[in-house]
Amino acid sequence: METLSNLADGFVIALTLQNLFLALLGCFLGTVIGALPGLGPSNGVAILIPLAFTLGLPATPALILLTSVYYGAMYGGRISSILLNIPGDEPAMMTTLDGYPMAQQGRAGEALALSGVASFVGAFFATWGLVFLAPQLVKVALLFGPAEYFALFSLAFATLGGIASRNQAKAAMAAALGLGIAMIGVDGQTGVPRFAFGNVHFYDGIDFLVAIVGLFAVSEVFVFLEHRGEARGAGQEDKMKLGRVTPSLATLAGTGWTMARSTVLGFLSGVLPGAGASLGSFISYSVEKRLVDREGTFGTGDPRGVAAPEAGNNAAAGGALVPMLALGVPGSGTTAVLLAMLLALNITPGPLLFQSNPDVVWGLVAALFIGNLMLLLLNIPMVSLFVRVLLVPPKYLMPIVAMISFVGIYGISGSTFDLLVMIVFGVIGWVLRKLEVPLVPIILGVLLGNEMESNLRRALTISDGDWSILVGSPLAIILWALAITGFVLPMLFGRFFRMRMRHERAGEEGADPD
Amino acid sequence: MSDRVLGGCGLLLAFFYIWQATQIRVSFISDPLGPKSFPIIIGAMLGLASLYMILRPDPEPVWPRFARLFEIAVAVAVLAAYAMLLPELGFVISTALAAAFLSWRLGAGPIAAPVAGIGISLGIYAVFHLILGLSLARGPLGL
Repeated sequence: METLSNLADGFVIALTLQNLFLALLGCFLGTVIGALPGLGPSNGVAILIPLAFTLGLPATPALILLTSVYYGAMYGGRISSILLNIPGDEPAMMTTLDGYPMAQQGRAGEALALSGVASFVGAFFATWGLVFLAPQLVKVALLFGPAEYFALFSLAFATLGGIASRNQAKAAMAAALGLGIAMIGVDGQTGVPRFAFGNVHFYDGIDFLVAIVGLFAVSEVFVFLEHRGEARGAGQEDKMKLGRVTPSLATLAGTGWTMARSTVLGFLSGVLPGAGASLGSFISYSVEKRLVDREGTFGTGDPRGVAAPEAGNNAAAGGALVPMLALGVPGSGTTAVLLAMLLALNITPGPLLFQSNPDVVWGLVAALFIGNLMLLLLNIPMVSLFVRVLLVPPKYLMPIVAMISFVGIYGISGSTFDLLVMIVFGVIGWVLRKLEVPLVPIILGVLLGNEMESNLRRALTISDGDWSILVGSPLAIILWALAITGFVLPMLFGRFFRMRMRHERAGEEGADPD
Repeated sequence: MSDRVLGGCGLLLAFFYIWQATQIRVSFISDPLGPKSFPIIIGAMLGLASLYMILRPDPEPVWPRFARLFEIAVAVAVLAAYAMLLPELGFVISTALAAAFLSWRLGAGPIAAPVAGIGISLGIYAVFHLILGLSLARGPLGL
């Protein structure tokens, strides 16, 4: 099979000493980032992109490093959920429901080990899903013309706004802000400057890395400043007994079907553009609760309640890579950040990537398999080491995060102006988070804005200014129909859905936007 | 109320944005759509979303008390000053100052904070400059 031989080639690329080392480093850093409350996959990857970029790593190794961080963060998020009842990131929110009660019963080690295995199962099979689904999607994507691409981008914004936010107007506003920011700078097709106000710094446009790091990482510092002194963070875990750090065979056998079902559900919700890992873990948990919770033990430390959301969110993390790689449309906040990295490395994801740079794609997929295995090995025996990471208090952690953000952005351009723009984005990010305006559509807008506009203009050039070309093919009509459904349907069901989610676990304000 | 204020700002921004878009000078060769139309569409979308927020605002978020807001403003000012002083003072000194300030404001004591600042600064310098070879801002001391 062609796919498998491609994958074998990928392993040849990934199995060099340098790439193995980068995968290991990424997995380790990722787990630490995921475990630390206040740092999650999106902002963790965001502050590392400029660094990977300035270190001059070639595309494949850089991608291997950062996707390992991404997978690692998904693993790491569970640690503080289980031990402290504080999700390390939003997808790990559901893990607190049964993980923390297990820890209180002195079964913390078991919960950590079990969730480690569940994460592995979810991510492992989702990576296989990626291997087989992505090339199929590429075949469809090859039929896309500019009009279809424009519809596809609209679809991404619509579903992202529909599912990821409680208020569609705020999601639309965020998308418009992002797109508006992308318009700044010299227009690629006619060469006229737009929204530059005669300032030379604006002629190149606003670097999306500056925007991402500002919105995700710098704003986090302000959130912590705002909540200083409130009960949040480390302090109580030294009382916590880890207990045995291997899951018993009986527990594993008892959670097998749960993991299998959650993996499928998680993967599917990851593939949907805009849904992401939070939805994956939520759906998995709710479905399992309905299916197998006959004695009402969910919420009181049921191992199945730990396995379901962890398998679900890691499977979603893998699933979210499918639309990102095959179509260039990210499925979640963190994959939007990964997309930013690809663009920074001058790689445009999408169907052409599979043809022109198969080494990047398959090297990455192989690295995901390897990283996954490393994460399992890192996470089971070394979990007590990661637990110690939780002891770093925010008063030392957040200055480090802020300073590393500055180092990364300064490293790219050496320009004070970019640093100031980053701070402005940090403030905007903080205010918008207070008002519950989602940040991910902004990032998506900044990333996709120019591509979206040039597809629209190309389509209208083909049709010589006739707008009907946008709905001129069955494929485009399907995409528009999906976009409208994705935007309208959550208005009817989404409110109910989000309320349930909040109800099950009072939402952490300013949690990681994935 | 906060949503209405945000909506109002968004609406003003939308008007300004559309007005600026109409000011874009189009060169004599252009594609049928030109560089103006898409920004105008975006501006309209921003305006509509803002209008909706003015009409149907969400419940009020919990704003921190004034003292906290002021503190965040000071932190912003310190970070901006850091950005401007970076090329003057060099990486190690300015980072130590900024990091010490942040960790002090996040709750570290009067001795712990400067120690943390110096530690963070030297730590980042060691990892990113000495080990990874990233070029950081160079100051008068060559650091």
